[in-house]
Amino acid sequence: MQTENHLQQSLQKTIRTFINILPVIVGMLLATSLVITLFPEDISTGLFGNGDIPDAITGASIGSIAAGHPLASYLLAGEMLSGGVSLIAVTALMVTWVTVGIVQLPAEALMLGTRFAIYRNIISFGIAIIIALLTVYSLQLFGAA
Amino acid sequence: MPRKQKRSTAGGWLFLAVVLTGYGLSFLLSPDSTAEAFTFFRRIMRQVLPVLGLVFLLLFIANILLTPGKINRYLGKESGVKGWLVSVVAGILSMGPVYAWYAVMAELQQKGMRTALIATFLYSRAVKLPLLPLMIYYFGLSYTLVLCLYLVVFSVINGILVERLLPQKI
Repeated sequence: MQTENHLQQSLQKTIRTFINILPVIVGMLLATSLVITLFPEDISTGLFGNGDIPDAITGASIGSIAAGHPLASYLLAGEMLSGGVSLIAVTALMVTWVTVGIVQLPAEALMLGTRFAIYRNIISFGIAIIIALLTVYSLQLFGAA
Repeated sequence: MPRKQKRSTAGGWLFLAVVLTGYGLSFLLSPDSTAEAFTFFRRIMRQVLPVLGLVFLLLFIANILLTPGKINRYLGKESGVKGWLVSVVAGILSMGPVYAWYAVMAELQQKGMRTALIATFLYSRAVKLPLLPLMIYYFGLSYTLVLCLYLVVFSVINGILVERLLPQKI
């Protein structure tokens, strides 16, 4: 009887939580679709070539604004690399694509708190630049890049 | 219903209303692109639906099994190395869009999950196991290994930094 009650309460709580997150998820998907459709991929390649750190910042900024499946970031980064964009820039782009989300920020703030969402995204942005620089420098150090 | 939950529910619908207004404005400026965006939305919604099912199941399991006591032991202040390990591995293994996981994290946060471990979980999601072959194809094995190693290490650093800035309960 007690187990049955616990299951019923858990189910009700889950349904309530789910109904709360549904408008956020649908809104997120709608916003993401609009950003992806309107975001012109072609202009991105003209923004690079200004040195390691500026390129990393530009790459990280594009990745932060862009949204969508990480697969798309690999494809875009791969094409940008072929187009002459530095490995540091495309690394920063790929890392922020999945760790920083300007489009997702309202949803993250609603669920986990505004201060948490803002601090986490700012720190993640900085860390993405450090990771991009460290990855490429490490590869160069070991002669793999 | 608690006040925080009420605010979150209203905020969610408000957010959806703002996005729909954005669509309306976009449609006035560029009907073709907006229609294309809506087609794209329907496609990703179909992809996300099974993930939402998984999220519902995980929320249900979390509500049944995870008591505040258990969360404190594995992911709370006293969880230690075990907590970091659990959050990094869970982040790497988690699938689907990040916003679907916010609800799970919010639920665990209410039950006592450490702020640092939430941030670590969200960061370690950058390591995408199913996509590693594609990354290796584009960028090589050495690059993929080095990048993943740094992502794991910095996911922990990210958690520590976020918690330092937010010492109190968020």
